[in-house]
Amino acid sequence: MSVIAGRAVSGPRQQANWDWRAACNFIAGGAGAGLLIVGDIAGSAPRPTVLLAGALIGFGLACVWLEIGRPWRALNVFLHLRTSWMTREAVAAVLVYAFCGGAVLLGSPVPLRAATLAAVAFVYCQARILTASRGIPAWREPLVVPLILATSLTEGAGLTLLLSFTLARAVPASAAWMLFGLLAARWLSWRLYAARLNSGTVPVKARAVVDALDRPLSLAFHGLPAALILAAAVLPEAAGAAVLAAALLAVAGGWLLKSRLVTRMAFTQGVVLPITPVRGGGLSGPGARPGWQ
Amino acid sequence: MTRYAMIADLRRCVGCQTCTAACKEANATPPGVQWRRVLDIEVGEYPAVRRVFIPTGCQHCDQPPCMEVCPTRATGKRADGIVTIDYELCIGCSYCALACPYDARFKVDTVEFAYGVALDSEQARIDEKRVGVATKCTFCADRLDAGLATGKVPGVDPEATPVCVNSCIAGALHFGDLDDPESPVSLLLASNEWFRMHEELGTGPNIYYLWDKGR
Repeated sequence: MSVIAGRAVSGPRQQANWDWRAACNFIAGGAGAGLLIVGDIAGSAPRPTVLLAGALIGFGLACVWLEIGRPWRALNVFLHLRTSWMTREAVAAVLVYAFCGGAVLLGSPVPLRAATLAAVAFVYCQARILTASRGIPAWREPLVVPLILATSLTEGAGLTLLLSFTLARAVPASAAWMLFGLLAARWLSWRLYAARLNSGTVPVKARAVVDALDRPLSLAFHGLPAALILAAAVLPEAAGAAVLAAALLAVAGGWLLKSRLVTRMAFTQGVVLPITPVRGGGLSGPGARPGWQ
Repeated sequence: MTRYAMIADLRRCVGCQTCTAACKEANATPPGVQWRRVLDIEVGEYPAVRRVFIPTGCQHCDQPPCMEVCPTRATGKRADGIVTIDYELCIGCSYCALACPYDARFKVDTVEFAYGVALDSEQARIDEKRVGVATKCTFCADRLDAGLATGKVPGVDPEATPVCVNSCIAGALHFGDLDDPESPVSLLLASNEWFRMHEELGTGPNIYYLWDKGR
C-alpha cells in the first residue's frame, strides 16, 4: 500500500505483496527444475534426481499456496493459459510431475526426457512471470530471463554434484566442469543485468541493492567456487572436498540472488510528473520523478 | 461505443483529499486501502519550489497489465472500458498488484477497523468477499450502472458519476465518455494540454492530467 501515516507516498517503494514465500518458489522451484535438466544431461541416477527435484518444486509451490489470499481456490490458477505466465507455470509444473511419475514408475528414459523439457518450460515461465510484472522495473527488464535460466541451471549442476556425492561418494569430473561453465554463464548474466539496472532503468534504492549484492555475489559465490573447481583439477587429493564446497557455494549463490531479486530489488514504479502545471497566471515548470535520480 | 475516462486538472487540485474520503465512505474500504488518493509532490529546490497534487488510482487501462497476468481471469474489462475484478474467482495471488505500474491494487488478509474494534457503521458494511483478494477503484461502476438505468448521463448527472468526481471541491476531477466528442471530458481534452502517466509502458491509461490551457 502507498499510504504511510495518512500521507501518500509518491516515490518507488519496496513491494510487499510477495515475501519470502514467493521467493521460495523461485528458489526451490528453480533449483528443482535445474536439477532435473542438468541431472538428465549429466546422466545422474534418475530416481533420486526425480524425487529430489519433485520435492523441491513441490516445496516452492506449497510456499506460494501459503501466501495466496484464498488458498482453497488455488485451482483457479489454471484458468488463463492464453496470456498468464503464472497459469503456464502451473501447467508446466503439472507436466513435470506427470512425466516424473512416469519416469519413476516405468523406469524409461522417454518420460524422463519429457520431464526435462517440462522443467525447461517451468523455469522459463518463472522468468517470464517476472518480466510480465510491469509495475516492478527490476523485474520487467528482459535480461532477467537469461539470469533466471542460468541461475536455475547452475543450482541444478550444484545439486547434481551434491546428490552424486551423497549417493556414490563420487563427484564426476564432467559435472564439475559443467558447473564451472554454468558459473561463468551465470556471472556473465548477472553482470549484464546489473549493468543494465545501473544504467538508470530502476529506482535509486533498487540500484543500491544491486551494488550491495554485486561484490559478494561475484567473489564468494562465483569466483571462489570457480577457483575451487580449478584447484580440484590440479590437486586430485583434495578434489572431492573442493568440488563439494564449490557446489554448495553455487547453490547458495543462486538462492541468495533470487531472494534479493524477489524481495529487496523489487521497488515499484512510483510516479512521474513530466511537467508541473500552470498555477494562476504563472508558467509551467520542469517535471519530477521522485526516487529515480 | 463507450469509453469512460477520468480527467484530473492539476491546475485546480489543492490536495484536500476530499475525493479520497468520499471514495472511502462510498466503497467502505478498510484502513490503509485508498482506491482514490492524492499524491503530494514537491518539485525543485528552494526558493524555486512547487507543490503538485496528483489524484491517482486505477487508470482503467486500454491494455491492462493486471488483466494480462491474472491467472484466474478474475480481472476483466467491460465493453465501456472499466476494468473489473470478480471477487469469487480471484485467488489473492497479488500478481496483478505487481503488474500495475500505478500502485492501484490492494489486498487485505484480515478484516480490520479504523479504531481496532468495529464501529456500528463498519460492522454493517463488512464485505467478506473482499478479504484475501485484490481490490481497486471501480470507477463506481455500480453507481454508474444504476444511473444509466434511470437515464442519467455519466459525468453530467451526479447520480451516474463516480463519487470522487462529485465530491471534488475545486472542480478538478471530471468523468465521461471519450468516444462522445461532445462529452465534458472530450471537450476538456480538446481545449487543454494534458499527459498520461507511464504511457511509455504501453498500458493506455484512462486518467488524463491537464496541466495548461490549449495553445
